[in-house]
Amino acid sequence: MSPTDTLAIAGRSFGSRLFLGTAGYPNQQVMLDALAASGSELVTLAIRRISLDGYSESLVDVLARATAGRPTGPVGLLPNTAGCLTAKEAVLTAQLSREALDTPWIKLEVIGDRELLYPDVEELLRATEELVNDGFVVLPYCNDDPVTCRKLADLGAAAVMPLGAFIGSGMGIRNPHAIETICARSPVPVVLDAGIGTASDAALAMELGCAAVLLNTAVSKARDPVRMAAAMRDAVGAGRAARLAGRMPMRAHAEPSSPQMGLIGG
Amino acid sequence: MSAVLRDAIRVNGREEPLAAASVAELLAGRGIAAGTFGIAVALNGAVVPRRRWSETPLRPGDSLEIVRPLQGG
Repeated sequence: MSPTDTLAIAGRSFGSRLFLGTAGYPNQQVMLDALAASGSELVTLAIRRISLDGYSESLVDVLARATAGRPTGPVGLLPNTAGCLTAKEAVLTAQLSREALDTPWIKLEVIGDRELLYPDVEELLRATEELVNDGFVVLPYCNDDPVTCRKLADLGAAAVMPLGAFIGSGMGIRNPHAIETICARSPVPVVLDAGIGTASDAALAMELGCAAVLLNTAVSKARDPVRMAAAMRDAVGAGRAARLAGRMPMRAHAEPSSPQMGLIGG
Repeated sequence: MSAVLRDAIRVNGREEPLAAASVAELLAGRGIAAGTFGIAVALNGAVVPRRRWSETPLRPGDSLEIVRPLQGG
């Protein structure tokens, strides 16, 4: 991958095409080590009520300190609206996150089912429109549905983030043809969000044409999260390089790669 | 019931006696200094920008949300 192969979303450049979640690690140090190993320049956060019994050091301070010395600058923050069931809840959560973190970037999640964590498309479209009009850089988590992705882009989403499989399932990309179709048609970058289980899933996402991959559980719940973070970094890089290289056409039959002339015997 | 409600506010979904005159005063009572980065507040469903914490009064029946970023995916 050439060093100039940067990803641009809403005017911001990323050298790494891996976005990393910060939840579910064995402890904070493992999370920070995994973040370093991943090379990710954008991490997701949740916005939650403070504990009324006082609170510890801010996660934002910890992340800023741990990544202050990077050549690319401190890691970027992508707050989410995880858990929101309506556009109204998601919009307020986004507005609170903008106030808390001074960033207009939002990973917009509006779910229609608390067990499946599947997007509610109607509410997602409504929230996207409202937040775009309010000046947000909206990255919606959405179905692997080309029509929904196009509607989101038309409303002004800065990227679309279709799911590969259920959030946290590690089931990989269940419908690669849909993802490939979305990538081929999308006017905005496509970020594969949710479902990645291991490195080959991340590589496949990039080979299908995704601009980036967002994952969390595949790293945080790996036996060795730091090593898996490095594997994901390599997989995203390899998948991107393969995409740019252009794969050979598939054939139904064998095609010898060695010359057919000059065989001994006969 | 109504007497209780007149003097109470909801903070993060929990009802409590109204004992602060402003948003800033209520936050200070919880150890959150004025303008602390990473904290955001909504009063009755609308964000109160940090710079307005001290000038935003609290009234009985108000509902306040105080949030911060946490680990997320």
